[in-house]
Amino acid sequence: MQEVIRTGFPLEQKESLTARPDLVLGNQTHETITEKISSVVEGGTPMAWYVVTGITAALTGMLFTMLGYLVWNGIASWGNNVPVGWGWDITNFVWWIGIGHAGTLISAILFLFRQKWRTSINRAAEAMTLFAVMCAAIYPGFHVGRFWMSPWLFPVPFPHGVWQNFRSPLMWDVFAVSTYGTVSLLFWYVGLIPDLATIRDRAKGALAKTLYGIFSLGWRGSTRHWQHYEVAYLILAGVSTPLVLSVHSIVSFDFATSILPGWHTTIFPPYFVAGAVFSGFAMVMNLMLIARYVLGLQAYITPVHLDNMNKIMLVTGNIVGFAYLTEFFIAWYSGNPYEGFTFFNRAFGPYAWAYWTMMTCNVISPQLFWFKAIRRNIPAMFIISIIINIGMWFERFVIIATSLHRDFLTSSWGYFRPTLVDILTFTGTLGLFLTMFLLFCRFVPVIAVAEVKAVLAHQKHREHGEHSEHAVYTPHEGEAMAHK
Amino acid sequence: MADWLTFPGAFERLAKLRAAEPKTWGVLAAFESEEGIMNAARRVHQAGYTKFDAHTPYPVHGLERAMGLKRSFLPRIIICGTVLGFITAVALQYWVGVIKQPVVIGNKPLFAIPYAVPVMFELSVLLTSFAAVFGMLALNGLPRLYHPLFNSARFKSATDDTFFISIEARDPLFNQDRAVAFLKELGGQDVEIIES
Repeated sequence: MQEVIRTGFPLEQKESLTARPDLVLGNQTHETITEKISSVVEGGTPMAWYVVTGITAALTGMLFTMLGYLVWNGIASWGNNVPVGWGWDITNFVWWIGIGHAGTLISAILFLFRQKWRTSINRAAEAMTLFAVMCAAIYPGFHVGRFWMSPWLFPVPFPHGVWQNFRSPLMWDVFAVSTYGTVSLLFWYVGLIPDLATIRDRAKGALAKTLYGIFSLGWRGSTRHWQHYEVAYLILAGVSTPLVLSVHSIVSFDFATSILPGWHTTIFPPYFVAGAVFSGFAMVMNLMLIARYVLGLQAYITPVHLDNMNKIMLVTGNIVGFAYLTEFFIAWYSGNPYEGFTFFNRAFGPYAWAYWTMMTCNVISPQLFWFKAIRRNIPAMFIISIIINIGMWFERFVIIATSLHRDFLTSSWGYFRPTLVDILTFTGTLGLFLTMFLLFCRFVPVIAVAEVKAVLAHQKHREHGEHSEHAVYTPHEGEAMAHK
Repeated sequence: MADWLTFPGAFERLAKLRAAEPKTWGVLAAFESEEGIMNAARRVHQAGYTKFDAHTPYPVHGLERAMGLKRSFLPRIIICGTVLGFITAVALQYWVGVIKQPVVIGNKPLFAIPYAVPVMFELSVLLTSFAAVFGMLALNGLPRLYHPLFNSARFKSATDDTFFISIEARDPLFNQDRAVAFLKELGGQDVEIIES
């Protein structure tokens, strides 16, 4: 009561202001959570899984066929050629990397902000990050032309004795993307260890016992271990937060440090990061809606989770829309004729169709999320998320193709058209991404079991009131580290 | 059978050794609730035991304080990783740009801080993460695929919904009968003796 008097809030009012919706629905216990989420991994594989995975694996096979064809025939199999030297490959690279960003945002930034609703979606979102980075890394790896020489990107002593040029933003990109992939993998795996131990302890078959036993590293829930574990997890979240902001900033440097009108803008880093989060949340939404329905996880991924994700899409969509307008304003306000021409050409030139597709998908469609009815309407959000993903793909395409295709010399103007190899390669990466995600859903707990249990424990404490005797020993998580 | 893989007769000798001296590793007791384990951990700590542990399916906050654990040493390891990453990045870029390969490209200086920042940042983050994860595993003594506690069938629910306290035999205060009685007194269920 002392605290209440000091802050001047009556207790009831204060509680209603900070009232939080339940994040785990139904009358659940720790055991039912374990049971439900483990059963996804343990139950027999449904026929539909084989069918869908068969299709996506075939697409993955097509990806590798196309890449083999590309290596055999050379980069000219793709449509990029002077003046558009970066075509679908870099478009797809930026698109995939951007999609990954939502996973890190959910797992790291929302963790630091103590957003407990992240626990139901962070595992799948982080997995999605890993798979998106895998798909992304294919493109620059093959765009170097001689794929088998892509290890030369890394500063390792090679017999030829030539070292990298660290003054190039493309070199920074190598470091940013490889660090991002590695740290995302570590973060995901560390979060997974206690849950793999849960599956290990329930496993029946010898193979499952052995494999989950090895990958859970002998975890036994010791408090002495949890103590170090939580420090490591917090630090990983702490470094992943600036990391995720840096990765798309550095990707945008690939463009922004050039002197090409349309690319040479200081707005790129924040604008790219917002766009990345925007498209990433749309992809998380698409995957989670399907997983939620197919795996029956409605009690864990509640309308509250979906609503929150839609709000983030609305915010980041508006940031992106604002950036589009700012670019145009600066193109006019700078008085630079080349800049002005590039942007006029972008909106009204040969690629106007792509530009207005982007505007419609990215700026207009998320405005529907102002309405709560739509934020909670599952078919609507599914369709809007797909539209956003399409729009964000077009954003990267517009930035790359429209800035390149009309050079300073009218004699070298051109128009980019993708080849069949371009299209099939891109479809193939979608197949790879979905195959990995399906394997993940089948063999790994899709929801962070240990974290959801902690949220449930917290929720139960709240229901019983925090003033009970044991409340002394359940301080806010932040304090757990601070004590001596 | 697969003697060529190991020392001849190693498995037989190991089995003989283990049959010869069945040693007690410690005692284990189950608790149903967070409050129960919190109270028990505090009492075990107050009784003066040092080689004991609490096993929970999720991190129970405040339990480390009830157990009287010291603050984690891990942050100090992690900061070493960060500094090492930063130094590596500066040294690598300076060495390549100025010493090993002093080539002027685009009239840019051989070494300058602005262009070195992205790699400095990325390598610092990378080595911070390595230090955090591998430091955590090292401090926890993981991976350790065999542990005497895994011999207990009841212990399997430590990753599900049950809380456990274990007191090790190597604790100076350890006396098997007294430890069992003490854990029972604290409300521990299914108290059992774990053999190593």
